[in-house]
Amino acid sequence: MARAEAPETLHDPTASADAAAIEVPPELVAQSLGEWFRGWWARVRAGQSGVLPVIVGLVLISIVFTAISPKHLFLSAGNLVNLFQQSAVFMVLAMAETFALLLGEIDLSVGFVGATGGVIAVQLVQPVTARWPWWGAIVAAVLFCAFVGALQGTLVTRLRLSSLIVTLAGGLIFNGVLLIALAFGPFSGYPSLTGNNPNLQVLYKLMWGTIDPTISWIVMVVLVGALALLLWFNDSRRRRSGLVAPPVGLTLLKIAMIAIVAIAVVAISNINRANIGTLAGVPWVIPIVLAVLAVWTVLLQRTRFGRYVYAIGGNREAARRAGIKVGTVVTWCFVLCSFTAGIGGLLYASYLGGMSNNVNGGQLVLYAIAAAVIGGTSLFGGRGKVLHGVLGGLVIGGIYNGMYLMAIDVQWQFIVTGLVLLVAVTIDALSRRSATSGSTARV
Amino acid sequence: MELVAQVVKDSPPATDPLLKLRGIEKHFGPVQALSNVDLDLLPGQITALCGDNGAGKSVLTKCIAGIYQVDHGQFFWEGRPVQIHSPRDSARLGIETVYQDLALADNLDIVQNMFLGRERLRNALLDEDDMERAASQTLASLRVTTVRSIRQPVASLSGGQRQSVAVAKAVMWNSKLVMLDEPTAALGVVQTKMVLDLVRRLRDRGLAVMVISHNLNDVFEVADRLAILHLGRMVAQDRVSAFDRQSVVEYMTTGGFGKTAPAGDGKGQHGSS
Repeated sequence: MARAEAPETLHDPTASADAAAIEVPPELVAQSLGEWFRGWWARVRAGQSGVLPVIVGLVLISIVFTAISPKHLFLSAGNLVNLFQQSAVFMVLAMAETFALLLGEIDLSVGFVGATGGVIAVQLVQPVTARWPWWGAIVAAVLFCAFVGALQGTLVTRLRLSSLIVTLAGGLIFNGVLLIALAFGPFSGYPSLTGNNPNLQVLYKLMWGTIDPTISWIVMVVLVGALALLLWFNDSRRRRSGLVAPPVGLTLLKIAMIAIVAIAVVAISNINRANIGTLAGVPWVIPIVLAVLAVWTVLLQRTRFGRYVYAIGGNREAARRAGIKVGTVVTWCFVLCSFTAGIGGLLYASYLGGMSNNVNGGQLVLYAIAAAVIGGTSLFGGRGKVLHGVLGGLVIGGIYNGMYLMAIDVQWQFIVTGLVLLVAVTIDALSRRSATSGSTARV
Repeated sequence: MELVAQVVKDSPPATDPLLKLRGIEKHFGPVQALSNVDLDLLPGQITALCGDNGAGKSVLTKCIAGIYQVDHGQFFWEGRPVQIHSPRDSARLGIETVYQDLALADNLDIVQNMFLGRERLRNALLDEDDMERAASQTLASLRVTTVRSIRQPVASLSGGQRQSVAVAKAVMWNSKLVMLDEPTAALGVVQTKMVLDLVRRLRDRGLAVMVISHNLNDVFEVADRLAILHLGRMVAQDRVSAFDRQSVVEYMTTGGFGKTAPAGDGKGQHGSS
């Protein structure tokens, strides 16, 4: 409506055109791909780079580690799949953490709460003790985590306690609960997922199971095709009705990127990565992570609840005055955070092939927060997406994996990850500062 | 209080008040914030509510907005007695408030802000197309035309644009009374003009507008009527032509005009317009 009419033709005389060009995301105003690219580049130079730093980071990690790893193993099919499996736990926990970060809160308990969920599931499917079916164990584990989130969220909202302290306490408590839960049964504290029992097998395969190559190609084509059609029709409908929409070229570019990534992932996964025999196929964990990503993206970007999460993170008082039940939304975010952490815990248990008392939940949560922030989610609330958690998780996983390949000691891995996190929060703080000073300068 | 009654009587309004307040009292513990306040807000008129700090302007505004509940007194909406117990009540009547800094979420775009709390849905998902169309119609009808894209985040807007969006948000909901809290505070000259023009456009649409302001320049530029609070009492209320700068300042600072007889003498000064 407004596009062809006055709103675009007149300019605020107090704001210079250049400043405005940087402040406004280029996909909103660009009429062509070239124009979009110039606008995007102007924003990058002004320090508002979106996901660019994390993509650059991923490329850098790939180049450096491929160059220096023995036999350039880093980019081999086997290692890339391995890398994804290692990163999956960080990704899911980072997506969990996003719910807290978007509100400007923090959840320090995701590591131990998720791991406790993992222990519960592993204990429940043991054929010699609990003998639950795999689905019952999974449901029980994630519901337990959701319940923990509800408790923590209630303490934060009803008693107005600091989420930092509540979840720090929660992390400690569930470290203890985890150890108690591990001690049940005749496993000497090491309940494992190895064995032929089908329920054990399902949990083990969450991380290690693979999908038949033919099926994975078909599913990939169907999914990418559906997503492409959705994007295409949505954007062209908006263009036709004169609503704000990206230029055709950008829509096509997005679709092409999705297709390339999808084809690359499936193609790499379908290369035989075994030293002896055959091991090929997309691991189950990839569709699991993508499903979590898709569901939470729709929830946060396309529903009222998601809109309220962003509004509360951006301006809690404005949200309250708009009639949003802030306490309820915040509590639900803690529920969803812990629930997602439960999924992460299941993947973690599956990755380890069981659970033991050397779970380092404290380190997991720091990696989760680091992954979310590295991916571009702000610690100050209101800015970020679950996708950022996935990208950041890949960065953390890449560093971890690359250093492991190089046989670099764990202390250096901590130091490098810490430095990367510092860079990420610096970018976050700087872009936030430039955004605020940009607008105050023109008041 | 006789003064107020007389003043109101002496300048019979062209239309009936949209909202009539009679004998409003509000206290916080021992502090009497509002005592026996009467106020008339007329459709198609801009009423400026003036007063020094602590005069009770924002308490009165919050009482009308339903954020505070009055202890005594009555509200009449279009002549009928009504109760305002919550922001929901006032929203239902068609009262919208534009708060100084608290109105918008910086990280959301213009459309998202304008529909915040009242999003339209289709199949349980947000109906972005519909909301965007409605928001851009409202902005166009108010001639808020300087924004580059209605999908840009509010953080990237200038102060005047932000205020314009906040005002546009308030009129989207078939509101009949819009209250603006210091709409031009912290704005430059050009931006102030932009916002005041917008306020006039609200009046021209037939809305009742109340502007809370310290700034006498703005008040005299835009207001049709003036209401002056002093220490929780309504000390003068009349058409703006009945006042000059000097008298307004005196009412605001001393609660009266012609220092000797603040309560009884106002008639001669302000009744004749």
